[in-house]
Amino acid sequence: MEEFCTGLCSILAETGADPGLALFLSLLVGVLLVSGVPLITVILLIWIERKVAARIQDRIGPNRVGPVGLLQTIADMIKLLSKEDITPTAADRVLYNAAPLVSFASVVLLWAVIPFTPFHYGVDLEIGALYFVAIASFGTLAIMAAGWASNNKYALLGAFRVVALLVSYEVPLVFALLAPVLLAGSMSLVDIVNAQNGMWFVVLSPLAFVIFYISSQAETGRAPFDLIEAESELVAGFNIEYSGMKFGMFFAAEFLHVFTNGIIMAILFFGGWMGPLYYESPLIAFAWLGAKGGLIYFTTLWLRNTVPRLRIDQIMAFNWKFLVPLSIANLIVVSFVLKVMQELQLAPRDILSAGFGDLLPTTIILLLFNGAMILYLLGILRKRGREARRESQETRPEFAQTATVAGH
Amino acid sequence: MELNAISIGFVVFAIFTLGGALGVVTTRNLFQGTIWLMVSLFGVAGYFVLLSAPFLAAVQILVYIGAIAILITFAVMLTRSIARIKERYIRTLPSFIVSLALFLILLLGVAIPIFGAHSPESIPDYVASTRDLGAALVDENGYVVPFLLASVLLTAAMIGAIFIARDENA
Repeated sequence: MEEFCTGLCSILAETGADPGLALFLSLLVGVLLVSGVPLITVILLIWIERKVAARIQDRIGPNRVGPVGLLQTIADMIKLLSKEDITPTAADRVLYNAAPLVSFASVVLLWAVIPFTPFHYGVDLEIGALYFVAIASFGTLAIMAAGWASNNKYALLGAFRVVALLVSYEVPLVFALLAPVLLAGSMSLVDIVNAQNGMWFVVLSPLAFVIFYISSQAETGRAPFDLIEAESELVAGFNIEYSGMKFGMFFAAEFLHVFTNGIIMAILFFGGWMGPLYYESPLIAFAWLGAKGGLIYFTTLWLRNTVPRLRIDQIMAFNWKFLVPLSIANLIVVSFVLKVMQELQLAPRDILSAGFGDLLPTTIILLLFNGAMILYLLGILRKRGREARRESQETRPEFAQTATVAGH
Repeated sequence: MELNAISIGFVVFAIFTLGGALGVVTTRNLFQGTIWLMVSLFGVAGYFVLLSAPFLAAVQILVYIGAIAILITFAVMLTRSIARIKERYIRTLPSFIVSLALFLILLLGVAIPIFGAHSPESIPDYVASTRDLGAALVDENGYVVPFLLASVLLTAAMIGAIFIARDENA
């Protein structure tokens, strides 16, 4: 028991408290902190998201409540909390009320394995990366339950789209996730960050990062993959019947999920807490993680507010005919090259203690292979685009004409 | 059995597993049935955690609970009325006899070591890691043959499904 008792626990034990109680209290504080950070963050995130969206659309955004509108979300929360709590009479009462909770929990649970600093994390699971994928599947389930329990055809249609979208995009997501796992030789997120001491994985495997980025954008149901809540087709999607704080839970879960994905990408591909002077203080390490995660989060908001929505057939074709084969090919190339390099003594077998110099040959070779794959892909995409343009010109000449006119 | 964290966990997960299973067979609502199935499978994942096999627990949640959402989709799309199923299962007696026989075999297997001896200390101190599991799957003295056979079988099934579903004209 003693070796677990460090930090706050040992301070409490020195004051004469019962060791068991001291351990329990320190663990409780840890749990509250880990689950409290996302709960507090989401309030700020909603404000950031609205401000960024407003700036991109040439508006000002919330600016009335508090300084630069900072307290707008608090006001919205009070409004949502004081709204009448409606459950449709034909709804499945238990599932209808449980779905928002499960949806929010599926995101907050992810924060249990996120390493904030070298010493501060909820738990260092040996299967951290797998845990991330497993917990995400609860989100799909919550949305399906919400859609069905509402007893509304638009809600059910929206839920079907969610299942189709999330289940499909989970495939390239997992294959892309395997690249950092392979490179680090471990599924623990702490090990994955430590393994990036020499070189960030985004340099070693940029293609995996791009696939992961696209798939996680789809997993959160953000544009261009936001057909699950296409207002013009489904009114509001799976959450159409929800009001008050139950709607607020779905809303908060989505916003938090986007930021959580930014943090996860920072951990998997951008070295997590690594950065100049991170060893000086845990606060600096935490700031590096926040800065990297925040930057990736900002680009997803940018993407969301810039691109139009795709049709469901386009999304499915893009996933199954492009992303999935690409992610499998990428995984085979990364694992094969890495193994050959290790056999030739060019890559370090223990990446955890490898420095920048040890990883240089691996980096160059992997980058070359990634570059070759990207060039090949661009060639395929260019060919497909040319074919599509010629096809549209042959079948719909008047459409092609107007398109050209509009283009000029 | 002394009262410690593991025995409490065991009881909690037993309630999850058995209660969920009972819910699956008693509810007349297909959707709630799938949710009960999920609760039951979640209890099994809990057992894997108790047995120090976190990898299996995560895979259990990922594969089974993740797939439940798809199962629900098919249930909703392929059945007429999922909330109030009127059709009753009529072969109650044969299924009762079969399940009783299975339960008795299991009980005998636990009570008398007919399927080989076992001891209460069968869980070793050494906790196998995911690395060990991966090594065992490709080790020639381990499970490489079953692993390859399962892979071939699954690939064959997948190709077969694609072949059947394929449009003739495409």
